[in-house]
Amino acid sequence: MKRFCLLTAAFCVVLVATLAVAAAAAPQGKLEIFSWWAGDEGPALEALIALYEAKYPEVTVINATVTGGAGVHAKAVLKTRMLGGDPPDSFQVHAGQELIGTWVVAQRMEDLTWLFQEEGWFEVFPEDLLALISTDEGIWSVPVNIHRSNVMYYIPENLKKWGVEPPKTWDEFLAIAPSLQEQGVIPLSLGENWTAIHLWESVALSYLGPDKYDDLWEGKLSWTSPEVVGVWELFGRILEYTNPDAPSLSWQQATDMVVAGQAAFNIMGDWASGYMSVTLGVKPEEGYGWAPSPGTEGVFMALSDSFGLPVGCPNRENTIAWLKTIGSKEGQDTFNPLKGSISPRIDSDLSKYDVYLQSAARDYQSNRIVGSLAHGTVANERFMNDFATVMDIFLANKDPQAAAYAAQAVAIQSGLVK
Amino acid sequence: MHTRREHLAAIVTILPSIILLGIFVYGFIANSIYMSTTDWGQTAAMSLDPQIESVGLDNYRDLFTGFLNVRFRQDLVNMFFFTLLFVGLSLLVGLVLATIIDQLFWGETFFRTVFLYPMSLSMVVTGTIWRWILQPRGGINVLPTLIGLPPGKFLWLSSRDQRLVFDWSHLLHYACWVLLVVLAISAYSQWRQGKKGRLAWHLVICGVLAGLIASRVLTRLRLLPYPEMHGFNDALWGVVIAAVWQMSGYTMALYLAGLRTIPSELREAARVDGGSELQIYRYVDLPLLKPITASAIVILGHIALKIFDLIFAISSPDHYPTSMPAVTMFLKAFRGNELAVGSAIGVILFFIVSLLIVPYLIVSFRREE
Repeated sequence: MKRFCLLTAAFCVVLVATLAVAAAAAPQGKLEIFSWWAGDEGPALEALIALYEAKYPEVTVINATVTGGAGVHAKAVLKTRMLGGDPPDSFQVHAGQELIGTWVVAQRMEDLTWLFQEEGWFEVFPEDLLALISTDEGIWSVPVNIHRSNVMYYIPENLKKWGVEPPKTWDEFLAIAPSLQEQGVIPLSLGENWTAIHLWESVALSYLGPDKYDDLWEGKLSWTSPEVVGVWELFGRILEYTNPDAPSLSWQQATDMVVAGQAAFNIMGDWASGYMSVTLGVKPEEGYGWAPSPGTEGVFMALSDSFGLPVGCPNRENTIAWLKTIGSKEGQDTFNPLKGSISPRIDSDLSKYDVYLQSAARDYQSNRIVGSLAHGTVANERFMNDFATVMDIFLANKDPQAAAYAAQAVAIQSGLVK
Repeated sequence: MHTRREHLAAIVTILPSIILLGIFVYGFIANSIYMSTTDWGQTAAMSLDPQIESVGLDNYRDLFTGFLNVRFRQDLVNMFFFTLLFVGLSLLVGLVLATIIDQLFWGETFFRTVFLYPMSLSMVVTGTIWRWILQPRGGINVLPTLIGLPPGKFLWLSSRDQRLVFDWSHLLHYACWVLLVVLAISAYSQWRQGKKGRLAWHLVICGVLAGLIASRVLTRLRLLPYPEMHGFNDALWGVVIAAVWQMSGYTMALYLAGLRTIPSELREAARVDGGSELQIYRYVDLPLLKPITASAIVILGHIALKIFDLIFAISSPDHYPTSMPAVTMFLKAFRGNELAVGSAIGVILFFIVSLLIVPYLIVSFRREE
C-alpha cells in the first residue's frame, strides 16, 4: 500500500513536470490551416507551410487536413466546426460563389480589399479573375492557384493510328466520332456524375460563347431560353459517343482509358496532366497532347483554390501573415509547380513550371477568363447540389426540355435568378 | 422484493443515463422536428444567428410533391426494394448455410468463421471492394472469359434499366396491391390455423381492396399533377449482393444457434412418429426458428432503411439508381446547405424506421407479460 502511494506520487510529479516543460517550450502563436490537400497534393501545401514557418518562426502551423472525396468530407467537417463556433484560422475554399454563396452571405468572412491594396494585388491578378471572386461589398479570399477546366486530352500517336485530328468544334467531333466507333474506340471517355457536369460546362461555353455564358451566371439569361435548351440537345448528342459504364468510373479511370488506347479524347481539368505526367509517367507533348476543349479556343475556364479570413478566427494576425505569404510571388511559385497548377499572378516565374503548365500560363495571361460551374466559381453550393440531380435526370432520360425546366427551377430556388 | 434504499440506489444509478438520453437522443429528435418546420436561414444557413421563419409542413410537402425532389421519391422506392431484397435474401442464404453447417461432419468452425468474417468489415470497405468487383469493364464481367465464354454485358451499378415501372401519381393504387398481397398471405395462414373468425375479416378486407384495384378508383386521386415514373432499378442488384455478402453470416450464426437449441427430444419424437428428415426440418425446426427470424428482420430491416455508408462507398453520391434517403439527407444538409430540408428527410426516416421497430417492441413486451 505504501509503495503504491509512493509510485503514484512519483508518477504525478513526472506528469506535471513534463506538462510544465511542454507549456514553457510552446511558441507564442498558432495557425490552423484547414484543407483537403492530403495525398498527392500534400507536398505542395507542406512546401508553402515551410516557407511561412521560415518567415515567422515563432508561429506553430497546424496542418489540419480532411482527406478524400475532393473536399466533400472536408466541407462537411468545416461546416460543423463553423456552426459550432470553432472556426479554423483559415480554410481552403474554391474562390467565387462556393465561398460567397455559403460563407459571405452568412457574414462569416472579412473583406480583404484593404489587404489587396496593401499588397498591390490589384495589379497582378487579372481583372476577369477579380470580378469572379468579389461582390459589391468587397473581395473575400486570396487565390493561391488556378486550374483550367476546359482542356481536351488525347494521345497523338493513337490519333494518327486512327486517322483523326483533335476537333476544333463539337461539329467536327460529331463528324469524326462514328469513324472512331467503327474502329472499336470510344470517342469521348466520361466518368461519374461530376465529370458529366465538367463536360457540360465546356459544351455550354462553346455553344453560348463567353458573353452569354457569363450572362447565365448573372441571372440575365434564362435557363429555359432556346440557347440553353440547345446546349442540352448538343450535350445529349455528344453523350451518345461516351462509354456506357461512365457512372462507375472515377476521373482517373476515364483518363486511363485514353492512355490505354480505349478512348480517343477526354475533357478534364489540368489536374489530369499532373496525373498523367507524375502517376502514369506519360510525358507532356511526347506522350500526351492537349487542346482547349472544342469550341472554346481563346477562353480560359478557371477555378481557383483560395484562403480567406473567417470572422472570429483565433489568431487573426498570424492568419493575415499567412494570406500575405500565399498571395506573394514566392509563395505561389513554390506551391504551384508541386501542385500541378499555375499561379494566378501574371508576374509568375514560368521557368519553374513544366511544359504543360507553361502553355496553360500563357493562355491564362492572354485569354478571356470565365468561371467553372463544376468547381464552385460561378454558382453557389445549393445550386451545384441540385444541379447534380438535374444532370442525373438528364443522363437517365436525355430530355433537353425537362432538363431546362428543372435547371430553371434550381436557379430560382438557389437565388441565382431573382 | 426490493427495499426502499435499493430502489433509490437503482434510480440514482440510472438517472445520468436517462438525462443524457433525454438530451442527446430525444432532445435532439425534438430539435430536428422543430428545424424541419422552419426554413433555417433561407440562403444563408451557415450564419452565426440565421434568420429562422416557420414554414409549417412546407418542407414535407415539397419533398413529396415538389418537382425537383424526384430524387427523394426515387430514394424511397429504392429503399423499399432494397429492404425487401436484402432482408429476404439474407434470411434465405443464412438459413441455407446454417442448415448445411449443422449437418457437417468436420470443418464446422472453419466454415462458420469464413462465412461470419465479412460482418467484421466496415460497410465502407465492403462498398469499395464490391465497387471494383462490379465494374463493368473488369471484375465479375471478366469471369466468363476464363472458361472461354464472351464477357458479361450487364452494367451492374451503372445500369439505368428499370423494372416494375409505376407512376408515382398512382401510388395509392399500387399500395393497395401491396396490402392485398400481404393480407392474402395472412388470410392463408389464418385458414391453415383454422381461425374462421379472423379469416372472414381478412377475406372481407381483401375483397374491398380487390374491388378498389379493379375499379381503378384510386387512380383518380393523383399525388402529383404530372406522371412521374419510378421503378425497381437494376443497379440495386449490385448493392443487394454486396449487402447480403456482408450480413448473411450474421443470420447464419443466428439460425445455427437456433437450430442447436432445438431439443433433440422433439426431433426424436417426430422420427418415432414416422417423419422423414425433410418433414422434420419443415414441421419441427422451421416453426421453432420463427422468433429468430423476427428479430433478424428487425435488425436487418433497420440497417437497410438507414443505409448510408455502403451506398456512399459503392457508387458516386449523385447516382440516382442506387441513391437512398440517408445519402440525400447528408447531401442536402452538408453539401447543399439546406439544413431544414435535411432535417425533414431525417424525421421522415425516423418515422419509417419506428414503423418497423415499434410493433416489434410492443409484441415482445406483451409476450413478457
